[in-house]
Amino acid sequence: MKTKNFLYSQKTAPYIFALPFILSFLIFWVYPLVSAFIMSFQDIGAITVDWVGFKNYGKLLKDKVFHTAMINSFEYMVFTCALLIPFPMLYAVLMDGNLVKAKGVWKALLYLPALTSVVISGTLFRLMFSEYKTGQMNVLLTMLGLPAIKWLKTKWTSEIALLMLCCWRWTGVNTLYFMSGLKSIDKSLYESADIDGATGWQKFKYITIPLIKPTTIYVLTISIYAGLAMFLESFMLWAGNDSPKNIGLTIVGYLYKRGIQKDDMGYACTVGVVLLLIALVINFIQLWLNGSFKKEER
Amino acid sequence: MKKKLLSTLLCGVLAASMLTGCGEVETSDDTGSEAVEESADDTAEEAEETESADATEESSEVEPDAVTTEGDPNGTHMEMWSFVEAHNTFYAKMLEKWNEENPDRTIEITFTTYPYGDMHQKLLMSLQTGEGAPDICDVEMGQVPNVYEGLDTWLYPLDEAMSPYADDMLASRLAAYQGSDGQQYGAPFHVGATVMYYNMARLEEAGITQEDVDAVVTWDDYTALGEKYLEAIGNEEGKYFTSVDTGGTDWLWIAMAEYGDDWTGGFDGEANVQLDSVKNMLTMQQEWLNSGFAEVSPDGHIDLEAGFQNILDGNIVSFPKAMWYMSRFINYMPEEEGNWYITKCPVFEEGQNCSVGIGGTGTVVTQQSVDTALAADFLCYAKMSPEGETMIWNDLGFDVCNTSLWSDDSFAHDESNQYNTFFRNYPYDVLNDISDQIGTIMTVKISPTINEYVCNTTLNEVLEEGMDVDEALQELQDAVDLEQ
Repeated sequence: MKTKNFLYSQKTAPYIFALPFILSFLIFWVYPLVSAFIMSFQDIGAITVDWVGFKNYGKLLKDKVFHTAMINSFEYMVFTCALLIPFPMLYAVLMDGNLVKAKGVWKALLYLPALTSVVISGTLFRLMFSEYKTGQMNVLLTMLGLPAIKWLKTKWTSEIALLMLCCWRWTGVNTLYFMSGLKSIDKSLYESADIDGATGWQKFKYITIPLIKPTTIYVLTISIYAGLAMFLESFMLWAGNDSPKNIGLTIVGYLYKRGIQKDDMGYACTVGVVLLLIALVINFIQLWLNGSFKKEER
Repeated sequence: MKKKLLSTLLCGVLAASMLTGCGEVETSDDTGSEAVEESADDTAEEAEETESADATEESSEVEPDAVTTEGDPNGTHMEMWSFVEAHNTFYAKMLEKWNEENPDRTIEITFTTYPYGDMHQKLLMSLQTGEGAPDICDVEMGQVPNVYEGLDTWLYPLDEAMSPYADDMLASRLAAYQGSDGQQYGAPFHVGATVMYYNMARLEEAGITQEDVDAVVTWDDYTALGEKYLEAIGNEEGKYFTSVDTGGTDWLWIAMAEYGDDWTGGFDGEANVQLDSVKNMLTMQQEWLNSGFAEVSPDGHIDLEAGFQNILDGNIVSFPKAMWYMSRFINYMPEEEGNWYITKCPVFEEGQNCSVGIGGTGTVVTQQSVDTALAADFLCYAKMSPEGETMIWNDLGFDVCNTSLWSDDSFAHDESNQYNTFFRNYPYDVLNDISDQIGTIMTVKISPTINEYVCNTTLNEVLEEGMDVDEALQELQDAVDLEQ
């Protein structure tokens, strides 16, 4: 009788239905987070676990490789945000208007790269940007009469390769986000703007951009996180976690290197906690600047 | 009642969907396992001697490449892991012999081959948690510090089991697989002694004879010989005497062994990389690069596809490498048969040691084994007995550690062994010649840090960008000091 009451109670039902999520949230999210936080204060050896206080954090301050990784991730994040928001927005607007023919084809073409695996595309880009004369990019350069470049051995050329891989892969996805955002804008606004004699640019500036802001904020937030957490692209481009002078090392790459490759979980957790803090701070600032914390205007 | 059933069912569906959700998380991680397959090819090709520096192919998903069960089904059942299928094939053959010779102590083993990164990761996890480790497991040199860190809590010491063979084994090689407590935890496959490979066919075309090559004692002699060669071929563009590595530490290890240095400082010492030996080698290489005597190995080191092609194209005609590089000739450069001559490495000053053991696999018995003593006995029999060593030489082509065989004519001069006939001279003749000159650089906790920084940064700075050697080494020392 009691179980029956329990199961049919209006109060418990929501919790029971939410239970799968709550459980997976606790087990796969809260527990690792708390445990990583604790481990970041420990030196975890083969058999022994020592409490070392802030030693790992102190080491992180002096660790030049970590600084390089942080700068790399940060630069990548900034560049991807700068490229992956304006352009997809532009494409979405173009495809929403009447200027473009065969929209379905363009949509499919833009979206197609997102369906490939990073592993395969990373490998392809590695071959394309190979330092030999036979690599596609060097063939192009030779055709233009320029000397071949060791693409993946210097900082800025490898940055180009990484950004190209990233844009090729994600432009379609972001375009899709913006297109769905555009669909929610009331068409009558544009009509009344037309009647008032607004130009295309004015419509874009005063109607599209403000009304698409929620989508922009969402895309920006995930782009910041994705940029900071990038790992696989660089891992595949250099066929591993080692690149000349660490030009391809990212924060997550460094975390993986420390935790898995060097079996130093304590220090790796410190790196992870710092990454979390950085991502949180940047996103809070960004959301605050965008006014997301203000009360909804009604 | 019906409603109750329905709600139970619903809950069941919810729980199931949650679990499948979890499952999907794992499979969506597939990108990882593809990375494994991708890198598995690489590592399989690289066979076993991936140095820690280039042994970076890692991934999260674990998918065995091959699983086989061999031996006596009525015997003690054991598990064995390796990262090279050829190793497991070898152990399986030795298992058959063992069971024939020890009918009262027969064994059945399930052999599993995993990709390099996965296997070591899985092994470390199982040792840490005290559950799921195999009875016997291959451990690559670069991973030795991680695995041996658990000493006899994790691993079973082999000292007793190897006692019948220990006297014949090369002591410096055994030392490489000891724990910080002085106990033997790993059984070696090979010495990995460094020697000099010369493309005699091309040198002869340039008028250089085998006697000229034999007359080389110091690096100065070597440089002079190379200049003579380059002059003879008219300083042709794209042709060099040798190539130097930005992605491997072999050259530096040779330099250290020659001066009797060790940058790790051993188990108790502090690591110091600002050694004269290292400086001399890097300075010499910089000069070579400036004068067009040497080039930087394509892709960083010579044990890669690009390196093999470079050799086949005749772009370089000599290089120092461990003895196990012989198998690369057999597997990737068969058309070079009869062209190459193996001899000892030059030294900086006459009278120095001329070789160092590089790479290797220290196979361990874990404390989780069902029968540690039996596993250790079998392992030592397979990897240290004369029968085992003969098979290692014939099947895997390694320079074995059992020195008693080196001068055994039926072993070292056996014409049915392809390694004996491929080169202009018998590899073991060279090995015998340098047997008391093979040094060891310890692989300890700090080693991966040094190797990684040297291969990623220092060598690129010095050899690609021409940075001052002292400055680059100071930077390296700072990075190393952070870890000790």
